[in-house]
Order: sequence, then C-alpha cells, then structure tokens
Amino acid sequence: MKGVHDLGGMQGFGPVQPEPESEEPVFHEEWESRVYGIVRLIGLLGLWNIDMSRHNREQLPPADYLANSYYENWFAGIQKQLVGSGLVSEDELQTGRAATPVPEHVMERVVRAEQVRAAPFMTASYLRPAPAPARFAPGDRVRAINRHPRGHTRAPGYVRGHTGIVREHYGSQVYPDLSAQGVDEGRHLYNVRFDGRDLWGESADANCAVYVDLWETYLEPAP
Amino acid sequence: MANDHRHDQDHTEPPPDIELRVKALESLLVEKGLVDPEALDALIDLYRDKIGPANGKRVVAHAWSDEAYRRWLLDDPDAAIASMGYVGAQGEQMRVVANTDDVHNLVVCTLCSCYPWPLLGLPPVWYKSAPYRAQAVIDPRGVIRQFGSEVSDRKEVRVWDSTSEMRYLVLPQRPEGTEGWSEEELMELVTRNAMIGVEEARQPAAQGGKP
Repeated sequence: MKGVHDLGGMQGFGPVQPEPESEEPVFHEEWESRVYGIVRLIGLLGLWNIDMSRHNREQLPPADYLANSYYENWFAGIQKQLVGSGLVSEDELQTGRAATPVPEHVMERVVRAEQVRAAPFMTASYLRPAPAPARFAPGDRVRAINRHPRGHTRAPGYVRGHTGIVREHYGSQVYPDLSAQGVDEGRHLYNVRFDGRDLWGESADANCAVYVDLWETYLEPAP
Repeated sequence: MANDHRHDQDHTEPPPDIELRVKALESLLVEKGLVDPEALDALIDLYRDKIGPANGKRVVAHAWSDEAYRRWLLDDPDAAIASMGYVGAQGEQMRVVANTDDVHNLVVCTLCSCYPWPLLGLPPVWYKSAPYRAQAVIDPRGVIRQFGSEVSDRKEVRVWDSTSEMRYLVLPQRPEGTEGWSEEELMELVTRNAMIGVEEARQPAAQGGKP
C-alpha cells in the first residue's frame, strides 16, 4: 500500500533537527526501552514475522502515524498485534489483568534471559530457494512497474514507473508482499541504481543517484 | 531530557498516561508468562549499553589501517564483520559502501527504520523521523548541509534506501594527516553520523591533533 509510511521524496516536513550525536541517549524515556524490549521479545514467539509487523504499523491511522513518536507507533502496533493474534484479549488490555491462558506451544517459545545473553542474539536468515532462475543480471536496464497493491510491499512509491540499472543480484530472499500474508517464499532480489534527475526531474541534483533494493516481481525489462 | 525540544519534531510529548499504559501492558505480559522480566531487562541492557556505534568505529578504523581488511570488508562484508565479532539481528546481510574522492554515500530507510544494529546500535530519533526519510532521497546534499557539512558538487552522492533485509554501512574516507595513528586513535575520528553518511569523518585538526 502507498501509505504515509512511504515518505521518500515527500516535501514540507521541514529540516532534519538532529540532536548532537554525543548527547543523544539510546532511549529518551524509560517507557521507550520497555516498548522496544516487549516488541522484540513478543516478536520472537514466532506468531508473526517482521513483514507483518511492518504492515501492521503501516496501517495505523495516517494522522496518528505521523503525529506519534516512533515508540508510540511501536506501542500502538504491538497492542493491535497482541489482540489480533488472540494472545491478549481486549478485556485483558483494558483491565490489565490476565484472564485467559496462553497455549502451551507459545509458552515453550518464551525467551529467557540466558538466550538474550548468548551471542549472537537471534539472527535470522532471509535467503530462500528461488522459484525460477534470475531474470535480470547486473548492468540490465529495468523499470519498476507502476503498480499499487493494497497489501504490504517494499517498492517505494517514488521509483514506480522509473527506469534504473541493476547493480547487484542479492540472491533469492523472503518476499515481503507474501510474507506479510504469512506465506514464506523467496524471490530474486536486486539492488537497482536510479539516476536522481530521472526520479525527480530537471530541477533535481544533477550528480546524485538512489540505490533501491527491489524484488524481481517489482521489475520489468526496460529498453 | 524528556522535554528536549531539539527532537520534538518526531518525538511529540506523549500523553501523560503512556508511561502507565506501557507499565500496565508489561505487567500483563509478565503475569501471562509471555515476557520473562529478567529477559526484558537483559535485552534492554544489551541495546542501551553494549551494542552501539563503537562497534562500527572499530570496523572502520581497522579498515583504514589494514588494506587487506578493507578489501575484504568491501568484497565480503558479512565475513569480514563477523571476524570482529559483530553478528546479530538486523545485521545479517551487510554491504559496506566506501566514500572516495569522487563518491559520497548516504544511508536511509524511507519506508521504516532499517539500520545495521550490530554495528551502530539502535538508530537516532532523526534517522527515523519524517523529515530525514522524506528528504534523503530527493535532496541528499541539502540533508547533509542540515548536519553542518558540505559535499562538493563534483562528488556524486549515492543514497542507499534500505528497502530489503540488506543493511548498509558507509566507510568514510580516512582523514589526511593521520599517518602512524593507532586504530584506537583513529576510532576517535569516526562518528556514527559519518557511518550513516550525513557527514565525513572528523579531521585531526578539529580533534586537536593526535589524541
């Protein structure tokens, strides 16, 4: 979906206002760290994947998504997922009191401190078998197909309809559009270079390029 | 620091009850057995205190000091980074992009907040903010200017939008006048922001000479 999360190239947000690097804490408030930790630990129960979590946050009301701070969005997102998955009932969320038991197969996956302390902590593999040989190779000209799916996708709006050149083939990797629907399949993934002027027009910076990772299904051959 | 207005553009004052609501959710999840409080504390400690930009700085300083390592880092980043022990979630598939006399690189995630955690820790607020995500791809030179740096028009600016599970790290140029510096000394010149690409590495002069 082309929601408000798809921010690349939007105008009118004003300048970036960075805090000085040496002064910025990892978490500005204690509750932010708790939200971060809860989202990670609950995520590791395996009831949903990273694409489902992203899509879930993308579907927050647009005005909320933009007005909320980052961890407020995470907090809103995790509550929605907890209720949506049945792990927590709406009632439990309101009262803060546990009323329904957790299935055994979920309890078995609860993350313990020893696991957190064991390095490396929870790495994932994103490579998957390819359904077919790669259609493109480095140097090929490709166009990002102008398509607007209603579900999750990782083709940013600003590349759709534009032509670029394949820089690298990253192999076959989990395909987010299906993964967000719970289907774990691979598709070829490419890094594609787009010329700045081609994306943004004549008034744009003449000496810049944007490199975007795009799955094969987002692309078609270009002359 | 809660009311620091420098970051309020993307960090609006939360409703006063959010702290209580998060506490309530945490207690509920602990009561249900879904969150082990000790694991929660351990995880927060890990990302607040242990995994941070110092890891990336060590990698960059090593690449500046050892040409063979630099080539390995650019050709096979996952193996080269793993050899220094920096393995973990959100850093499984790395690409390292090197700044040169002709090219300056900048990393963004326009769709969310993808960032190489094992090397840089969790991203700063500005990296996740709408102004950065919106502008980085359309006006990268302007964004860099907002950080107080200037990239010559002669240099091509390459923006890397992290739209997949690949993660990007910028290898800044080693500053002139640092011949003979140890890796520990060089690390002092590497900033987190330089590894994202919104600035260059510190100059030794700005650093007051050799530390």
